[in-house]
Amino acid sequence: MKSGSNLEKILKAGHFAFTGEVGPPRGANVQALREKVAHLKGKVDMANITDNQTAMVRMSSWAAAMICMQEGVEPNFQMVCRDRNRLAMQADILGAFAHGIRNILCLSGDHQQFGDHPQSKGVFDIDSMQLIGMVKKMRDEGKFLGGADIDIPPRMFIGAAANPFAEPFEWRVHRLAKKVAAGADFIQTQCVFNMEKIREWMRRANDMGLTEKVAILPGITPMKSIGMAKYMKNKVPGMDVPENIIKRLQGVDPKMVADEGIKIACEQIQEFKEMKGVAGVHLMAIEWEHKVPEIAERAGVLPRPEV
Amino acid sequence: MIVAERKPFDEIKNMVSGYKRVLILGCGTCVAVCLAGGSKEVETLNTELSLALGKDKIKFGTNTIERQCDMEFLEELDTEIGEYDAVISMACGAGIQFLAQRFPDKPVFPAVNTSFIGVNLDVGWYEEKCRACGSCVLGITGGICPVTMCAKSLFNGPCGGTNQGSCEIDKDQPCAWYQIYDRLALQGRLEQIIEISPPNDWRNQKPGKVIQPGYEERVKVQK
Repeated sequence: MKSGSNLEKILKAGHFAFTGEVGPPRGANVQALREKVAHLKGKVDMANITDNQTAMVRMSSWAAAMICMQEGVEPNFQMVCRDRNRLAMQADILGAFAHGIRNILCLSGDHQQFGDHPQSKGVFDIDSMQLIGMVKKMRDEGKFLGGADIDIPPRMFIGAAANPFAEPFEWRVHRLAKKVAAGADFIQTQCVFNMEKIREWMRRANDMGLTEKVAILPGITPMKSIGMAKYMKNKVPGMDVPENIIKRLQGVDPKMVADEGIKIACEQIQEFKEMKGVAGVHLMAIEWEHKVPEIAERAGVLPRPEV
Repeated sequence: MIVAERKPFDEIKNMVSGYKRVLILGCGTCVAVCLAGGSKEVETLNTELSLALGKDKIKFGTNTIERQCDMEFLEELDTEIGEYDAVISMACGAGIQFLAQRFPDKPVFPAVNTSFIGVNLDVGWYEEKCRACGSCVLGITGGICPVTMCAKSLFNGPCGGTNQGSCEIDKDQPCAWYQIYDRLALQGRLEQIIEISPPNDWRNQKPGKVIQPGYEERVKVQK
């Protein structure tokens, strides 16, 4: 075992993993955070705790991850390269590990221009690829990036992101290969709506032997409304929402749009259960945490295995 | 070259409002080419300031030297500087500091914001190209700088936010890594970026100094 995290055990046992996501509060509202997490308890193997997502200040991801842990849900500590230099990153990794956090997700982070402090200086001392390599070096070699020995190295299960839908498509599987070479143990992808494209991306990942080295968890986001679908299609860079998804949502009774969104998500999860090389799915029910139990139930991923 | 933009007029005006005789000093090299601080811009600023502050009995003088980043040219001001109690420099940040160093008893005020090291795309149109990071990777990135041209200064892009050839921050800003990919593909050199680029050595995090080979002795003597 590299880290002994619940996710690592689930994957090692060959179970189809099911992970969730929680955004920390815009303040110190611990109660609100506990309530969000409570919806996920027993329904997911691990919950991502986002790190100042969309460059908006929130409770720090490691602190929120600890509260998540207290509520009985294993956290995945997200870390972006935008807000910390290599010293702060390593310090936070040590601190998070010391408090029992065992998963980390290494990300570049949205540009600060999108958030509530667009005047800030983006750090980007290292990039997400280099962050993966740094966490691996800390774990496997017991050394800091600078080369010095670590007194009790942090043993993290290392996650990374992939966006199979961003251009150039040809390069995407090679960038995945770089993340695997850097040391990623698991991959969570951008929200998937274009099934045709992810089938092709997975086929290439299988052909290159990558799925034997890394656990791939495609990202699932149920559409709550037609407005959300259109927004994601038109406004979110790197998002690929095919027209047929929007047509399908438009084709149902307005009261049933959200239900149709969940139906689409469940169909996707069904297909991923069968797809070669896919190790699980990552459910990003954005500000819809209370729906996670229902989605998990309908997707047939309950009960979560005890490992 | 170094590209600069003139500061807003009110900001300049407020800096010098307490003085009596002020020299407006242009620089004849980079900032002249990018139309921010050459002799023409000196005259424009002089006209504007004289109009606005003439009633306060502030007298303005003008001059433009070849380069404010060179002591040889700054020396030309040695006799004239005594006539003034403050200087507005229209040079880049380097020139302004060298001027202030030459005449430590004179308050020096910047009239431009130094923007970047860039190129001339057309008259009056400039684009940043180099952040002077001190460890150049252009050899492996197809001659396109990821530190400058990628909004996240990624060394292993393109990130997931690349947007059909544009950067996630702006549709009009090309994605540097998309361009790097295209150019290396064109040259048949994609293997250059298959390897992981290691963390950068940010040599621009302390004051830079370069002594070219053969000049070490000369520098030692001067110290």
